[in-house]
Amino acid sequence: MKLPDLTELAFRNLRESVLRNSLTTIGISVGVASLVAMLSLGIGLQQLASRRLMKSGLFDTVVVTSRRDLRNFNREEERSGPAPGESRILDEPTRVEIEHLPNVVEAYPDIRFITELRYEDKPHLTTIAALPESAKTNDAFEAVQGSFFSSDTAPEAILQKTFAEELLGRTPKSGLDETDVKQLAAPLLGKELTMRYAQREAQGALSPKASNAPSDGLSGGAYSVISREQKLKIVGVADLDPESMRGPTRARVFLPLKLAESLHVMQPTDLREISRTASDQPVYSSVSVRVKNPGRIQAVEDAIKKMGFNTFSILDASRSIQQFFKVLDVFLGIFGSLALAVAFIGIVNTLVMAILERRREIGIMKAIGASDGDVKKLFFAEAGAMGILGGVVGVALGWAIGQVINLGTNIYLKRQSFPPEHFWAVPWWLVLFAILFSFLVSLAAGLYPASRAARLDPVQALRYE
Amino acid sequence: MSVVHSPNITAPAPAILLQQVCRHYRMGETLIRAVDGVTLAVQAGEFVALLGSSGSGKSSLLNLIAGLDRPTSGAVIVQQRNLAELSREDLAKYRLHTVGMVFQSFNLIASMTLAENVELPLRFAEVDRGKRDSLAREALERVGLQGRMKHRPSELSGGEQQRAALARALINRPKFLLADEPTGNLDSQTGTEILNMVRDFNQHLGMTVVMVTHERALAERYAQHLIFLADGKLVGDESNSSDPAAKGAAPAGTNGVLP
Repeated sequence: MKLPDLTELAFRNLRESVLRNSLTTIGISVGVASLVAMLSLGIGLQQLASRRLMKSGLFDTVVVTSRRDLRNFNREEERSGPAPGESRILDEPTRVEIEHLPNVVEAYPDIRFITELRYEDKPHLTTIAALPESAKTNDAFEAVQGSFFSSDTAPEAILQKTFAEELLGRTPKSGLDETDVKQLAAPLLGKELTMRYAQREAQGALSPKASNAPSDGLSGGAYSVISREQKLKIVGVADLDPESMRGPTRARVFLPLKLAESLHVMQPTDLREISRTASDQPVYSSVSVRVKNPGRIQAVEDAIKKMGFNTFSILDASRSIQQFFKVLDVFLGIFGSLALAVAFIGIVNTLVMAILERRREIGIMKAIGASDGDVKKLFFAEAGAMGILGGVVGVALGWAIGQVINLGTNIYLKRQSFPPEHFWAVPWWLVLFAILFSFLVSLAAGLYPASRAARLDPVQALRYE
Repeated sequence: MSVVHSPNITAPAPAILLQQVCRHYRMGETLIRAVDGVTLAVQAGEFVALLGSSGSGKSSLLNLIAGLDRPTSGAVIVQQRNLAELSREDLAKYRLHTVGMVFQSFNLIASMTLAENVELPLRFAEVDRGKRDSLAREALERVGLQGRMKHRPSELSGGEQQRAALARALINRPKFLLADEPTGNLDSQTGTEILNMVRDFNQHLGMTVVMVTHERALAERYAQHLIFLADGKLVGDESNSSDPAAKGAAPAGTNGVLP
């Protein structure tokens, strides 16, 4: 029999005992709904987690350091490859070269120095770091009190909350919540800081920009160090825990990257590079490379290693997190499938009942020329139709259940004054997968009834009324 | 395929040939010999009546000819093909294309309209939808039911249902019409109408008809060839002594049910 005929007859037969078939189909829907609900919870949680990790800037960042650096702050780095002496210098052309590697979004130097900041004429010594503009979307700076830098060259600063406390002369206490950061920010925003720093300048090329501090040149063969001052406006206070952050965010005061670069602040590496560079060209202690997505990290790391640098990323940590979610998905899927297994038995039951009820009809069809295959296909088509119907209804139901639970949870989160979360995701492939799965499960359930119907002896079937 | 042995050397090969056909089955402890060593031949174009009392094995024999059942032993040869040797698939094709069946209880599918019932064999034969519609209409016109195409079987009289069943039986233009007590559930006047139609198919469409009945009077009025069965055995095989061409004639035999 042809497929359109088969479908038509199957739907006709389903309509004939509409109550029983509807109940069976609802059974399938509930099964599919529970499967969809479980899996979308798993997928949603995974997306939530990776969104968070992505925002933290940890999982899409590779930190590049020169192999010449034997000691690079207090990080334990893997040391392999060529000996430090043969390695390349991490300077501006190299940074550009890295930035042009495939899958690299940006590569920016980690500028970090310790210097003195004056606030209301009191000096404070602290670590200052430069932030690229992309840090704006970083989770850590999303909740900044005040605002992010108005531009990449603006003379502005964002303070880490413990430094803000220090400026205000408060004793730091642990477990600050948002309102406290707000209180800290209120008196500081818009105020001015004066940063004193040492500028490195190539010899004979003294900046025409008048310095408001005496230039006591420290003669170092190739360049001089000039003491300078820079006024900074406080635009934000960030609720960051400096100990938990890595790389560029491990500081207490942040400046826009382009501004920091233009200052040519003397950096610890400069002394070590004295013999190598005699120019104004900056040399970086490390460069942070942002990668398009965490999946590309390995490739980018390999490419940079080939260039002769050390790299570091938290790829392995993200791998084990992904593995955890895979296992979680499997478990949720198994629990979701249990309901579908019950629906499976429901289909078998319905179709076996249908055979008993339609014995005579099967006998008639065989008597007028239906083959075993025709009868089998007809029952398969009925099972499949129930499966597709149940699958479609089930996906809708599962989606609705997810929406309701998500809504309920967000109401709860709001009451607990947490921001709402979207931890429920029904991707299109899950919709297709669920309907296909429901269809296949239904066909499998139809296997036994269909072959039983096909084997029915027409003489027996026609004998009794 | 078996070699065909015609019982009559001079005659052409018979359309249906049964050789020592047995159909035995077990019911609990007892072995039932529904058909027990029957040998007979039916020529193409004949109208044959299988006569016998209830349980004589005439319906079992018809089911064997229809390819609904297989013999325990012996050969059922239709158009030089031994049905006992056909696969289930080929047997289904044989039922679809070579034979058409009508039953005492009409056996229309209750959930389908007459048109759908009649075109059902065409669906199994994978005929296109457009062609199916016109063939079904044509077949229903032939039995005078063109006005009832959209009706369900339960909305029709017994005679109309049997006419629809006849339309279904001839939709695939089979060579054989097998009828199992086609008038058993009908009053005598309606029964006569149905059998006149069967005779029309026999004479004008050239269909070979094998009809099971227990009414000798009807058999003698319509059939050219009478076969008598009792307890699964052949007890008589004769040409109709009364002239089958004399259609309007009164029933020749009045003794009704045979031993």
